[in-house]
Amino acid sequence: MKIHEYQAKQLFREAGIPVPEGIIAKTVEEAVAAFEKLDRPLVVVKSQIHAGGRGKGRFKEHPDQAGVVLARSAEEVRDNAARMLGSTLVTIQTGPEGKQVSTLFIEQGLDIAQELYLGCVVDREVGGPVLILSTEGGMEIEVVAHESPEKILSEPFSIHTGLLGFQARKLAFKLGMEGKTVRHAEKFLCQLSRFFIDNDCSMAEINPLVITGDGELVALDAKISFDDNALFRHKPFDELRDLSEEDPAEVDAGNADLSYVKLDGNIGCLVNGAGLAMSTMDLIKHHGGEPANFLDVGGGANVDQVSEAFRIILADDHVKAVLVNIFGGIMKCDTIVTALLEAYEKVGFTVPLVVRLEGTNVEIARKMLAESGRDIISATDLTDAAQKVVATLSS
Amino acid sequence: MSILVTEKTRVICQGITGKSGLFHSQQCREYGTPLLGGVTPGKGGTEVDGFPVFNTVEEAVEKTGANTSLIFVPPPFCGEAIMEAADAGIELIIAITEGVPVFDMVRVMEYLKDKNSRLIGPNCPGVITPGIAKIGIMPGYIHTPGSVGLISKSGTLTYEAAWQLGNVGLGQTTAVGIGGDPIIGTTFIDLLELFENDPATESIMLIGEIGGTAEIEAAEYIRDHVTKPVAGFIAGKTAPPGKRMGHAGAIISGGSGTADEKIAALEAAGVIVAESPADMGAAVKRAIEAAA
Repeated sequence: MKIHEYQAKQLFREAGIPVPEGIIAKTVEEAVAAFEKLDRPLVVVKSQIHAGGRGKGRFKEHPDQAGVVLARSAEEVRDNAARMLGSTLVTIQTGPEGKQVSTLFIEQGLDIAQELYLGCVVDREVGGPVLILSTEGGMEIEVVAHESPEKILSEPFSIHTGLLGFQARKLAFKLGMEGKTVRHAEKFLCQLSRFFIDNDCSMAEINPLVITGDGELVALDAKISFDDNALFRHKPFDELRDLSEEDPAEVDAGNADLSYVKLDGNIGCLVNGAGLAMSTMDLIKHHGGEPANFLDVGGGANVDQVSEAFRIILADDHVKAVLVNIFGGIMKCDTIVTALLEAYEKVGFTVPLVVRLEGTNVEIARKMLAESGRDIISATDLTDAAQKVVATLSS
Repeated sequence: MSILVTEKTRVICQGITGKSGLFHSQQCREYGTPLLGGVTPGKGGTEVDGFPVFNTVEEAVEKTGANTSLIFVPPPFCGEAIMEAADAGIELIIAITEGVPVFDMVRVMEYLKDKNSRLIGPNCPGVITPGIAKIGIMPGYIHTPGSVGLISKSGTLTYEAAWQLGNVGLGQTTAVGIGGDPIIGTTFIDLLELFENDPATESIMLIGEIGGTAEIEAAEYIRDHVTKPVAGFIAGKTAPPGKRMGHAGAIISGGSGTADEKIAALEAAGVIVAESPADMGAAVKRAIEAAA
């Protein structure tokens, strides 16, 4: 689960991690009031959407307006906020459709001496959390990793102790820090590592991390995502979730414990297992078709969940044919067919349906299909299934 | 011969009184697996469909002589269940549970460091040595005994591969699903080593997917250490970047972990890579023929 910058900064503040002073605004008036309350010569007006690249992003309605701007007066805040609020911001991460901005974060401007990159991730190879620090603040870390990997320092840390003081100092000295900045960095890095562990984060990124003219460290940006599987331990985070940032169909699927990703094609897919679901998409493309979605019903889904899966797939107007590919393990084939027949009753299929079944309880399931009298195209194997579903579109 | 699961395997199921735990324990028993009982804290002393239930793994091991555990415990408790099994001296721990928090797995892997237990999974279909024992959720009938060692990140894709292998007349010594989570107990490389050293295994099929770099490291290991013919497949060739495809691990980030990158690495290591998921069985045949 991702959260907004202002929410991440609030959590940082509570954890003692230095952030600039800032106020959220949902209207132009609130934005102006925030400027006056902050009472600074310079503020930053920042669009709050989950996608990155906001500073370079531009609004559909106002092609010259950036997603993050500096403002020096109430008038500047007012003019910018008026163009930003309610408009659609397109960044490198939003896709061409962009994201509507409904919240701004008005933040004090800082006296910036240096910009760094700081991040925490769980590294599969290390088998635990790793802190990443780089002098290339403000750059995409993937680009830095590709072009100048020597500029990235990384340090694994224990989930019991967090990053230790000496580990933080080692990084600080390697980056050329001196004097009290080293002490500030030690505290900052150790606190972030603890925050990362205590909150079951899957990613925490501060880009840029700023060293001010006074040698202090402040998180100028904050990007956090939490491990979805650990959210049961952090009930208060439920309130941080912003459903308007998510695809409605993906939200519905998530509520039914289904894994769904919308794609651009017209062949709806219902598959069990992530690997098989991805392979089914691959195979549809291989035979000249375009998948409309990734949908993994998972292992233990019941009839209701599978019915919901069909409903979600069929609710997509682009879907012109549906392919069901089930290799039953935990999932029993007859559960799928029961849900399929229920979907016929409740939702109705107006598009061709190709079904390929194998695995647990396949005989029962095939019998149910045959006896249902429904117009279902059955396929014997993967290739047959993909060819048949692609063929329904050309006929 | 086979790996991990042999005639000596004796199994208990942690979480046997749950719906999935019981169903699959029954399925394993039907297959012929010596599944001797289960563990559910608080339900010790009872019986479920002929399986004795114990309160602790320690007690279950003492009473049944189990050396292997199959885990269906719900995600919040799965990490601890794995550690309990290791503490009780279980040699092979197979965790089927999907949705275990990443940091729980970090703790588990730390705990296992000085234990003699091997963990398979979590979020995996389990292990089967066809004709001997099935410990997991795979349908038994699709696996036939034979000479291919099968390793896969994905559950249902393992079934697909086993099914195709059967259709081209190739069975498996052992099939292992390692799971698609970011942190897992047993890796491609661990299993490549076991299969390379297993005299009954004559060829190997490795099924990976997008995300992470495990397949790249496996390719390097194959190049340097594996003498047997290897076929491979990578799922997710057409997946869009930045989107999580079901498995927590299956995400292409910043242009790394793509299918093309992994396929190239495997091919450079001499692996015959299947062109499509429908080509997996045939790819193993081609790998064997190319080596002959």
